[in-house]
Order: sequence, then structure tokens, then C-alpha cells
Amino acid sequence: MDARLMKHILAVVTLDPGVVAGGVPVFVAQTEQEREEVAFLLGRILEAMVHDLGNGAYVLVRH
Amino acid sequence: MTALYGTTGAIGLGLVLGSFARWLMLRVDYRNYPSYPHGYVTHLALGVVAAFLGAVAVPALLEREFTAVTFLALATQQFREVRSLVRDSLHELEEGELVRRGQDYIEGIARVYEARNYLTMVVSVAASGAWLLHPVAGVAAGSAALVLSLAFMRGRQVGQIAVVRPGALRFQGPSLFVEDVYLMNVGLARARARIKEWGLGVVLDPKDDNARDTLASPGQRQAILHDAVAALGVRKDVGVEEFTPLARRSERTGRVALVLVPMEPDIRALVGAVKRTPVLEASRGTALRTRAGRLAAD
Repeated sequence: MDARLMKHILAVVTLDPGVVAGGVPVFVAQTEQEREEVAFLLGRILEAMVHDLGNGAYVLVRH
Repeated sequence: MTALYGTTGAIGLGLVLGSFARWLMLRVDYRNYPSYPHGYVTHLALGVVAAFLGAVAVPALLEREFTAVTFLALATQQFREVRSLVRDSLHELEEGELVRRGQDYIEGIARVYEARNYLTMVVSVAASGAWLLHPVAGVAAGSAALVLSLAFMRGRQVGQIAVVRPGALRFQGPSLFVEDVYLMNVGLARARARIKEWGLGVVLDPKDDNARDTLASPGQRQAILHDAVAALGVRKDVGVEEFTPLARRSERTGRVALVLVPMEPDIRALVGAVKRTPVLEASRGTALRTRAGRLAAD
């Protein structure tokens, strides 16, 4: 039986590090393309859903 | 009182008709039975036992063998175990499902399996009891009980409580909507493109307040999604969260919208699969059966 964190922000991928603070892994991307790519990979790796907060940050959440 | 006709015939007919009823009930609700051949054997064997117990009940009582009643009690004990057996086995399998049945659906299926054995017994009791009066009456009563129990097992389907129709998918920024119902936030542009390309939307309009409450139950909605996926397949895989089928309701109307990214993008088949999903006992709304609910409805 594996225990998993649900409904928890596992990582943030952002163009603007200024919009994130606190204890969560933050990946800063330089371009929108890089943000998309990093978020995609992290989504697959973490088995998480990528959500767009609309302020430049993508969050990865496992549901 | 002595029987006019032989007890052997009565038991024989009860056994045959009861077992036949159990076999028919295995087939009626095929969706509850996703091809587990060993399960067939288990349930048929138990069905035969149930039919036999039912068949001997009336002849035994006529012989003043009242201990026969204890055997019936024993049988009910066995059937309750069938329920937990089905529940446990489906629960174990749940871990391996891409789109889960959900607790409510599993509980519903388990109850149905228990009930089927009782119905089997009812059929065989009716057949064997009536046979003692006259063989023709036995066949007639057994067949009538059989037809009644099949009708009883059919249950209600989502198509009877809601108008099910296709709904157009649209994105507003990262937000996915089916008509005016918000479903989820899809962050990745490539996922949005795939959903636009392959995704199908369905809208369920509840026909009354009971239906509205039934569709509000997350368990009922999960059951609908499970059945839809069983029919059309899904592009979701382990770790691919963006193709997870979802059913969400509008907070304004109580209408439910669902999105599915199926392997077979056939909207008519999807609407059909949603309509044929059973209404779960555990989720059934009963607002209109209460006085306050009826008052609130108008």
C-alpha cells in the first residue's frame, strides 16, 4: 500500500518567481515553451495534474 | 394435509426454474459482470443451492418438518456472505482501474448479488409450492415469479431520470466548460488541444428534484463515468491526469456535465452508455418523498 499526498501542491513551474513563496519546489522557466515542457514532464513524473493559475505560475497537484 | 401431487416433481421444478432464474439474472445485468468466468461458476453454484433450498421448503413444511426453516436461515447467512465476497473482490480490483467504480457502485453491485439469490429462492418456492396443487399451476407460478423478479432486478437507469444529450466543449483560458458548466483547469496547452480534438461532452438535465439529488451524488457520477469508459475506452493512462473523465454540476441549475476523452469518439454511443447506467440505491434522491421537499420544489 503506498501512501500519497493528495490535493497538495507538489511543485510550481513559473515564469515569475515573484508570485510564489513558501515551502514548495519552484522551477523557474525563461520562456513559455520551457514552462510548458517542464510542467508536462513534471506532470508525468509526479502523476499530477497541471493547473494554470493565470499569473504565470503552473501548479502540479495530485488529485 | 397431504399433497395432491408428488413432492419429487415439486422439488425438481423448483430447482430447475430457480436455477434458470439465477442464470438469466447473470445475463440481464452484464455490466455488473465484466467477464470473470470463475465468478459465473461461483454464482451459478450458489444459485443452484438457493433454488434447491427454496424448492424443498414447502414440501418439507407440509411434511411437518419445521426444521426446514432453519435451513432457510442458514441460506440467508450464506447470501450475506456473497454480498461481502462481491464487495471485497471488486474493492480489491478497484486499485487496478484507471477509472474507478467508486464505493457506491460497488455497494450497489454487492447488494444486487445478494438480492438475486433471494429472488432465486422466491422463484423456486413459488414453483414447488404451486406444483403441489397442480403441475400446471407450478409452472405458471414459477414463470410468473421469474418474470416478476427479472422486472424487479432491472432497476432504474439514468436515462429515465434525466435528459441526456451531447454538450459542446469549450475552453475559456485554461478552464474547461461543457456549455455553462465548469469542469476543470487544464494548464498544459497540448492537453487542451487534445481534449478539443478528442474530447466529448454530455449534459444531464435532471427531470425532477429527486433526479437532481441523485445526480448530485459523487458516487452516482463516478458510476456513470465508469460505465461510459467501459463502453468507449479512455485515453487516460497511469500518470496522465489531464484525460481523467469528470462529471461536475452547475451550482445554478443542478445540471450535470461530463467530459470524457474516449478511444472511440462516438457521441451517440456515449449518450447511450450514460443513459443505461443504473441509478444506484445509495445515491437515489428522495427529496420529493418528504413534505418539505415537495414544498421546496415549487
